[in-house]
Amino acid sequence: MARTVSTRRKLLVTALAWAIGLLIFFPILWTILTSFKTEGEAIALPPKFLFFDWTLENYGIVQERSDYLRFAMNSIMLALGSTFFALVIAIPSAWAMAFAPGRRTKDLLMWMLSTKMMPPVGALVPIYLIFRDFGLLDTRGGIITVLMLLNLPIIIWMLYTYFKEIPGEILEASRMDGASLGKELLYVLTPMAIPGIASTLLLNIILAWNEAFWTLSLTTKDAAPLTQFIASYSSPEGLFWAKLSAASTMAIAPILVLGWFAQKQLVRGLTFGAVK
Amino acid sequence: MATQQTRALGKLAVSPSVFALFMWMIVPLAMTIYFSFLRYNLLDPNPICSLLSPGALLDAENRCLAGITNYSYFLTDPAFFKAMGNSLKLVGWVLAISVVGGTLLALLLDQAFYGRGFVRIMMIAPFLVMPTVSALVWKNMMMNPVSGFLAYLFKLVGLQPIDWFAHAPMTAVVLMVAWQWVPFATLILLTSLQSLDEEQKEAAEMDGTPPLSYFWYIVLPHLIRPMTVVILIETIFLLNVFAEIYVTGTAGRAGNLPFLVYQYGLIANDIGGASAGGIIAVILANIVAFFLMRMIGKNLDA
Amino acid sequence: MGTISLIKARKAFGDAVIIPGADLDIKDGEFVVFVGPSGCGKSTLLRMIAGLEDLTSGAIHIDGKDMTNEAPSKRGLSMVFQSYALYPHMSVRGNISFGLKMAGLPKAEIDAKVAKAASTLNLTEYLDRKPRQLSGGQRQRVAIGRAIVRNPEGFLFDEPLSNLDAALRVNMRLEIMQMHKDLGATMIYVTHDQVEAMTMADRIVVLNRGVIEQVGSPLELYNRPDSLFVAGFIGSPKMNLIQGSEAKKFDATTIGIRPEHLAISEKAGTWTAKIRLAEHLGADTFLHVDAGPCGMMTVRAEGEYDATADAKIFLTPEPSRIHRFDKDGKAIRK
Repeated sequence: MARTVSTRRKLLVTALAWAIGLLIFFPILWTILTSFKTEGEAIALPPKFLFFDWTLENYGIVQERSDYLRFAMNSIMLALGSTFFALVIAIPSAWAMAFAPGRRTKDLLMWMLSTKMMPPVGALVPIYLIFRDFGLLDTRGGIITVLMLLNLPIIIWMLYTYFKEIPGEILEASRMDGASLGKELLYVLTPMAIPGIASTLLLNIILAWNEAFWTLSLTTKDAAPLTQFIASYSSPEGLFWAKLSAASTMAIAPILVLGWFAQKQLVRGLTFGAVK
Repeated sequence: MATQQTRALGKLAVSPSVFALFMWMIVPLAMTIYFSFLRYNLLDPNPICSLLSPGALLDAENRCLAGITNYSYFLTDPAFFKAMGNSLKLVGWVLAISVVGGTLLALLLDQAFYGRGFVRIMMIAPFLVMPTVSALVWKNMMMNPVSGFLAYLFKLVGLQPIDWFAHAPMTAVVLMVAWQWVPFATLILLTSLQSLDEEQKEAAEMDGTPPLSYFWYIVLPHLIRPMTVVILIETIFLLNVFAEIYVTGTAGRAGNLPFLVYQYGLIANDIGGASAGGIIAVILANIVAFFLMRMIGKNLDA
Repeated sequence: MGTISLIKARKAFGDAVIIPGADLDIKDGEFVVFVGPSGCGKSTLLRMIAGLEDLTSGAIHIDGKDMTNEAPSKRGLSMVFQSYALYPHMSVRGNISFGLKMAGLPKAEIDAKVAKAASTLNLTEYLDRKPRQLSGGQRQRVAIGRAIVRNPEGFLFDEPLSNLDAALRVNMRLEIMQMHKDLGATMIYVTHDQVEAMTMADRIVVLNRGVIEQVGSPLELYNRPDSLFVAGFIGSPKMNLIQGSEAKKFDATTIGIRPEHLAISEKAGTWTAKIRLAEHLGADTFLHVDAGPCGMMTVRAEGEYDATADAKIFLTPEPSRIHRFDKDGKAIRK
């Protein structure tokens, strides 16, 4: 791109892009704004944009009444735990598929992906019963296992596409240098794939954080993450928009902030490594 | 290209995930299939079915075998057809919106303008929002017929505000699910656009290609592959949309197949019926998956 | 010490046979070059020796011991890859020392060996840099350094110079030859460039479609090619190959004569020819001529030959330099 774009055109595109960007972002922005209003101002007509009495009281009330921190803690544990265990299993698998492929490797990859096509409802009843019988309902360990299995295919697929970009000769060089498989993975492959692993990690945290079907079905209180916390606002408190907004903001803020700081990895991660 | 030793190690390395996924797929599926042939209600685990239908067969836990009753019941339930229709409508509409909208937004974001990084993150943001939050925010602050923001906008231009969830629940659900998934499509297509060879652009320019032909003959073919990725991944998630319906309480009119099964199972406690529904959902998903996989399989080879 | 033997070494993927069965004995301290067109199996053969590919059947003996099923790192061989295959996330020091670290050597010993290798290869001041901060030639040196420190019985080079520019390639060629002289270790070097093969090798192994066509010293191959393939592959510009009636006169299906073994005259000679193109290299001039029944031929004229297009010249081959081949492309010896 050696040429400059005319300023007029650039300004025009800028205006259009910002307008559309703000439009798409508006529901989130509006939620954040509303969370700082009083209940009266929250439903005031016409709506108040910036000139209202900014207050933090909603946040205090929400924490006090619904114990936000406990749910948030669960969300963090579930997201990190499931991601960690999934990576531990997925890295060797993706290595094998990328660097020691057999005739069935592509089929295997497709099969793994196809497990994602299975609707969770098909497994809901038995999983629910198994969890009930083994006392796993509403436990962190149980949910972590489910979330891990849920995202494992996508993680393997992503890692596979990232690993494929690494020249096999480098791994062979390490084999000539006498590295065992464990050392090859630990000292050579993993450090080289850090960007890809970071993207995978980030995406998986987001998917786990936002997963609602299993967390809503299998938790009630002790292991309940923020999806449950928000769902508890669905009927009666729906009327109290300022508090609902505060709760919503608190539920999505960690991921928005994470996404903000790790934009580059996120962009790579969101494309599932499938598009370069 | 690898030695047998490496390949053997490879098999070992792959086996934990294959085992885990196999168990995750096969055990629940087998149980679901079994349950689907039982008269099995959680509230009443051992119905005295021998009284109701003398001579009925019992399994080891004294549950009555129901034959295909559950299936015939589920398949003739008017709610089933409605739910299936809703599922298809939801997937179809959201896919259409996100592929078309995503392409347009990606083309826009590919232009040079001030604050591109910031606009990009604003456009990604909806994808990061928890579905339950998105549902609640749209249901209340955006779509409430009295004080919702959309109602305010409608009144501003002199229109009658719509009571979305009462009169157009499907549209409402499509709108809010699309809001979450258009950003995803945008991002994938944008990444792909940016990988378009600069020299190709220049060659097209030297040939004097008009912008529309340029888009049609050069850009669009380049986007076909990422579009299939968008379609594959979105279909997986869209077939299983649940939280939006659970939270907005639109089950009656916009409920999809996953939600219907949930209703059968965890609300009505009819395990047999829910299992039959689950199996039907699995079969339908596999039909869709079959075509999708063939499509994406071709792309993986490329 | 570093003798390497291939005994009926065979490689096949299902029905696709890459190497039908190769026999070769490499002496200790020898510099052997595998040469052949791309896809001829030379890299596969090298990787089989390295242990990066299995043998379908047959055996590989290194230093007299059967190493057919031994892990790559246990064979006492080092390899320099075409892409260098440096660890991008490690410094030059890390790259060179990785193998020693894997072998569990004490730190002091590793440091000493790295320091020595670095100083021989002029890498001392770059030890803390990452590979991406180095030039192509420096990366090449790091790859060699990584091979050297392990003090192997033999070195394997897989087209190591193909990513360098022409000038650097000549330099590195000399350095590798010097290294061979200093270390006295066995070296196997794979290339598709016959000039590299001719200049570097003690012995050249010419491969064609997985089959060893001929093994011999550079001059043996140049003077007495066993087959049409070797005749055409070794030497630059290529040997002129003539078929038909002219070949019949010599009792052969095909005869070959190198461009440098044709005498040019403006008055008389065995064949008449018309000059089509001339390539002026300064020291030599290559004439591309149309020699009627003999077809297109290349002729070397010494110095600056004043060639006019379509001028008629006479060519006379040196009789002792005519190579004769039968219908299977095998050399006919007297």
